[in-house]
Amino acid sequence: MSTLTISPSPHVHSGDSVKKNMYGVIIALIPALLISFYNFGLGALVVSVTAVASCLVFEHVIQVYLMKNETSIWDGSAMITGLLLAFNIPSNLPIYIIVIGALVSIGIGKMSFGGLGNNPFNPALVGRVFLLISYPVQMTSWPRPERIPFTYTDVTTGATPLSVMKEALANGELPTNILNEIPSYRDMFLGLQGGSAGEMAGLAILLGLGFMLFRKIITWHIPVAVIGSVFVFTGILHWTNPMMYAPPMFHILSGGLFLGAVFMATDYSSSPMSRKGGIIFGIGIGVLTVAIRIFGAYPEGISFAILIMNAFVPLIDKYIKPKRFGEKPVVAK
Amino acid sequence: MLKTFSLGGIHPPENKFSAGKKIEALPVPSQVAIPVAQHIGAPAAPIVKKGDTVKVGTLIAKSTGFVSANIHSPVSGTVFKIDNIVDASGYRKPAIIIKVEGDEWEEGIDRSTALKKEISATSEEIIKAVADAGIVGMGGATFPSHVKLSVPPGKKCDVLILNAVECEPYLTADHQLMMEKGDEIMVGTQIIMKALKVDKAIIGIENNKPDAIQHMRSLAASYAGITIEPLKVQYPQGGEKQLIDACINRQIPSGKLPIEVGAVVQNVGTILAVYEAVQKNKPLFERVVTVTGKSLAKPSNFLARIGTPLNNLIDAAGGLPEDTGKVIGGGPMMGKALVSTDIPITKGSSGVLIMPDEEAKRKPMQNCIRCAKCTEVCPMGLEPFLLMTVSDKAVWDRAEEEHIMDCIECGSCSFTCPANRPLLDYIRLGKGKVGQIMRSRNK
Repeated sequence: MSTLTISPSPHVHSGDSVKKNMYGVIIALIPALLISFYNFGLGALVVSVTAVASCLVFEHVIQVYLMKNETSIWDGSAMITGLLLAFNIPSNLPIYIIVIGALVSIGIGKMSFGGLGNNPFNPALVGRVFLLISYPVQMTSWPRPERIPFTYTDVTTGATPLSVMKEALANGELPTNILNEIPSYRDMFLGLQGGSAGEMAGLAILLGLGFMLFRKIITWHIPVAVIGSVFVFTGILHWTNPMMYAPPMFHILSGGLFLGAVFMATDYSSSPMSRKGGIIFGIGIGVLTVAIRIFGAYPEGISFAILIMNAFVPLIDKYIKPKRFGEKPVVAK
Repeated sequence: MLKTFSLGGIHPPENKFSAGKKIEALPVPSQVAIPVAQHIGAPAAPIVKKGDTVKVGTLIAKSTGFVSANIHSPVSGTVFKIDNIVDASGYRKPAIIIKVEGDEWEEGIDRSTALKKEISATSEEIIKAVADAGIVGMGGATFPSHVKLSVPPGKKCDVLILNAVECEPYLTADHQLMMEKGDEIMVGTQIIMKALKVDKAIIGIENNKPDAIQHMRSLAASYAGITIEPLKVQYPQGGEKQLIDACINRQIPSGKLPIEVGAVVQNVGTILAVYEAVQKNKPLFERVVTVTGKSLAKPSNFLARIGTPLNNLIDAAGGLPEDTGKVIGGGPMMGKALVSTDIPITKGSSGVLIMPDEEAKRKPMQNCIRCAKCTEVCPMGLEPFLLMTVSDKAVWDRAEEEHIMDCIECGSCSFTCPANRPLLDYIRLGKGKVGQIMRSRNK
């Protein structure tokens, strides 16, 4: 017998690991990735590979050469950032812009705060919003989802349902008329709508959500709070004035709401620790998303909404505590 | 649906290798070492000296306060010396070392196996007998039992809860005790009910012991006031607070004792000791110990005299395996890693777990990824990630504010953490420091 190991209890571990959780998220992203390949062909492939590869390279370089640590590219988190970044940008975005986006995501969004677990904002969204502000034209012209493989710099660009709605409403058209001009709810749910590479297919993202809930990687609280509050808020608006505001189903199925609610708002590092806090955080995102979509300058608002709520997480964590044992009044006899 | 406690909890792999193994009386060793501190509270004071002859059951060290316990000789022989020995804590502490000669018991101890159902002792006599016999909580906490039975003025107990949960993976001593000594446990329960003047007792058993549930249920039918409560398997249900919550849905407020909600909890092993003390006049000098492990040849449940060297138990279980990396006193969740196998078993030794080397080492710690799993599993509703941070940064007022003292040290947080963070290690440090600060403030 060798010498005995002495360490404090517990002496057993669940076997869960950071890697398992991260690769679980990657598996959950696969359906949406496949849909984006199907829709945008080579373009989606190029965008995804570029984003993931540059995220990995930047993480490795920063970790090893600047921070003098071991490389962390195999923990899966940089891959997730790369995939999410790819899902948030048009699939005909020039490669150099994608690389810049990855540098901002990983370099500023993640590593400048100390790497995995320390980033207060979702890194992919930091990159995405940076690109949206720096390259507004390229970032808002999406290729049509023509399902033509092997085209990359497709010139035929189209608008997303959200931007069509925003523009037409501004010109005084009725929401009901506009709904006839854009894809049906069914098509939108299946992913047959314009938009960034991986964000448009509600069904594919819900499959991913199901997998993550099953594997207990995340809980339902944040996604349900985000989608639910968008439904309720747009429902109220639509009910008060159906001539001005699109119905709630439109808002839920269009744009990046599902992607944001399921994969971005639930980012461990930048979301609250308690379930109650998660619900408040989710409602904040939902309300802000609708406010930006309807009253703001941009047709879509989920990215900004998540980043804004990310900033409130320390506050939420400070004041929203989990239910403690013994708080419940004792049943006296 | 089966009952369980309301917050958090985990389900570690069970590995109950010694389940169903008959309790085997271990031969009396040639020498025993009896630590005088085998219980929470003040150590007992030796009343024998070198050269004294003792019998099995002779009082050798006396309780030195209300929260302290008598210690009796587990063997007959001569006191060899009183000296410091390394005990389960890893420190050298005073112990009475006795050379064994024969096996002569004190007169007055009823050694017959006949069940004695008639309870003639009064409440006061029972509490005195429990104190005299040196009985402590045998689930591992070793809190002197007579203290729990002495309900403070102004408080009232309306239910006795028996802890037969045995939620620690690997351990089977309590399970086997119920199967073999069920009737004695029933009478012991009635004795405690009489001492506490309550007419209701609930025995909480986890659902992974269906045979014990069935057996105890059939026995309980002929004893008034005792019910069996099968519980959902969930760690740490053996914690007093969790067990009371699970059985009667009452939550003990922060910093308070079970009596606050009208309950007293006793472990089944303790109850058996109470039966033997009150009905058979037998002090606590032996106990059932599970000796187990993945690579152990013969995982077993032994009845061993207190003071028996661990080595004797391990040898009887097939010897220490080649690949041993860690020896744990108790279960894998809350047990203590031992510095050697050359230490004596004590009143609180519920088990000895031999762990292979490959499982003994911890994995390197990574950054907290804020997954919140520690918060979800915490049965006290605390935020372990935060308590670790404030302990690490020595922000003691914040640690106190965040209720660090409520931590029951069950280890669910460290067990669950995907980043292998030693959350409980830091929380323990914090508890120690905050406890110190609180005590000095109250002075």
